[in-house]
Amino acid sequence: MAQIVSLSEAVEATVQDGASVALEGFTHLIPFAAGHEVLRQGRRELELIRMTPDILYDQMIGVGAARRLVFSYGGNPGVGSLHRFRDAVEHGWPRPIEVEEHSHAGMANRYVAGASRLPFMVMRGYEGTDLAAHTNVATVICPFTGEQLAAVPALNPEVAIVHAQEADRDGNVQLWGIPGVQKEAVLAAQRSVVTVERIVDELELRPGGVVIPGWVIDYVAPAPGGSLPSYALGITERDNDFYREWDLISRDREHFQAWMSEQGLLG
Amino acid sequence: MSVDYTNGELQTVVAARSLAGKRSCFIGVGRPSTAALLARMVHNPRLVLVYESGTIGAKPYHVPLSIGDGELAQTADLVVSVPEMFNYWIGPGRVQVAFLGAAQIDPQANLNSTVIGDYEHPRTRLPGAGGAPEIATGCAEVVVIAPHSKRTFVQRLDFKTTRGERTTLVITDLGVLEPRDGSLCLTAVHPGVSVDEVRENTGFELAVSESLKVSEPPSTKELNALRELASR
Repeated sequence: MAQIVSLSEAVEATVQDGASVALEGFTHLIPFAAGHEVLRQGRRELELIRMTPDILYDQMIGVGAARRLVFSYGGNPGVGSLHRFRDAVEHGWPRPIEVEEHSHAGMANRYVAGASRLPFMVMRGYEGTDLAAHTNVATVICPFTGEQLAAVPALNPEVAIVHAQEADRDGNVQLWGIPGVQKEAVLAAQRSVVTVERIVDELELRPGGVVIPGWVIDYVAPAPGGSLPSYALGITERDNDFYREWDLISRDREHFQAWMSEQGLLG
Repeated sequence: MSVDYTNGELQTVVAARSLAGKRSCFIGVGRPSTAALLARMVHNPRLVLVYESGTIGAKPYHVPLSIGDGELAQTADLVVSVPEMFNYWIGPGRVQVAFLGAAQIDPQANLNSTVIGDYEHPRTRLPGAGGAPEIATGCAEVVVIAPHSKRTFVQRLDFKTTRGERTTLVITDLGVLEPRDGSLCLTAVHPGVSVDEVRENTGFELAVSESLKVSEPPSTKELNALRELASR
């Protein structure tokens, strides 16, 4: 059963130096507050996992917290590059970073395998692209039809952290709007943290809502506004201006460091 | 009466026209998204817009900045998880057309959105594959929307992220290319653009159609709708 604790307690109990951590969120419900808490606690040598590393991972990579990144799309959606991610890959600043990249379909199926506690998932893909030679993928022959398919290995992060709109006092969580791969990430991980906008007496089930029962979650932590500048549908709005501003803040190393220092995120 | 417009506006208008009569279209952000919204306004109000964030049948009023803007989820017919999007909807070919962009495109319409330079030591690290590889093999028709330059149109990709077999149209700010016998061929130039200008901006030997057309300039209706959309 999920324990309801403070954000700092939840992060302290789950994220150690060197951990593999998936802070998931597909443009919506990105767990910024939790990622920032990881930085405040000074965690380093992390393996960061996420389909769409955006500004949050740019920040974590830019302060040198990550040794490795597993991902499928590393851009600032609608704006352009992630400059800190690029600087780390292109120039090894502030430290070199190892990358393992997939397509979205590959990453999504890796989480599905992880959540299912299966060793791999099959899919059609990778064949005829250069990705196949540069990542962790294999081929299998379908025992029924003989078709050659791609096999992607299960992804089982040590820790998954996601953000949701609400939880009840037993730690049952409900999120709605774009669901991304949050449920899969929680079920695939060895330990999980869900930060929430609010704690309610009773979950009011919503059409299209995704419920994650408290008994598969380790910690629930209140973090109102905890996905900004991303958003929690119905509660906060995506700060598109900040996504544009980030392009300027992150372009220059010194400007970036000054901004992170101002926010107390240099660890 | 002639109306002033930019080549970028014409590119968007031509892309929107390509969606007339289509059932569904998969779109990313930027110009493709603007074109798809314009298509719904002018040519095809029943067009189903699919965004990889999981929103199917989205009807946004504003051009979204990201594929995950709240308006997409609020106006969608259904909202699905990422695994469902790829495994149930894109993989089996339920979405007819895809709009894709890329940093590099080769004569076979293969796309690079991964790196410029060597993979291990890239000169420019690009965002990566995202949904493109499976979208390009799942959707029946792929329309590539790209700026026309030698940097983009190259003989050899630095990295092959996405396969080009299903590409039916490449729409640029100078003209339109279509596959002929397995390689891209210039089939239309935009008004005021010469074949030489296209050739100078293409990094591979450019094949030109014998029946080369000139794109129809934007109609007043198209241009007004596009500008109204941009001003929202």
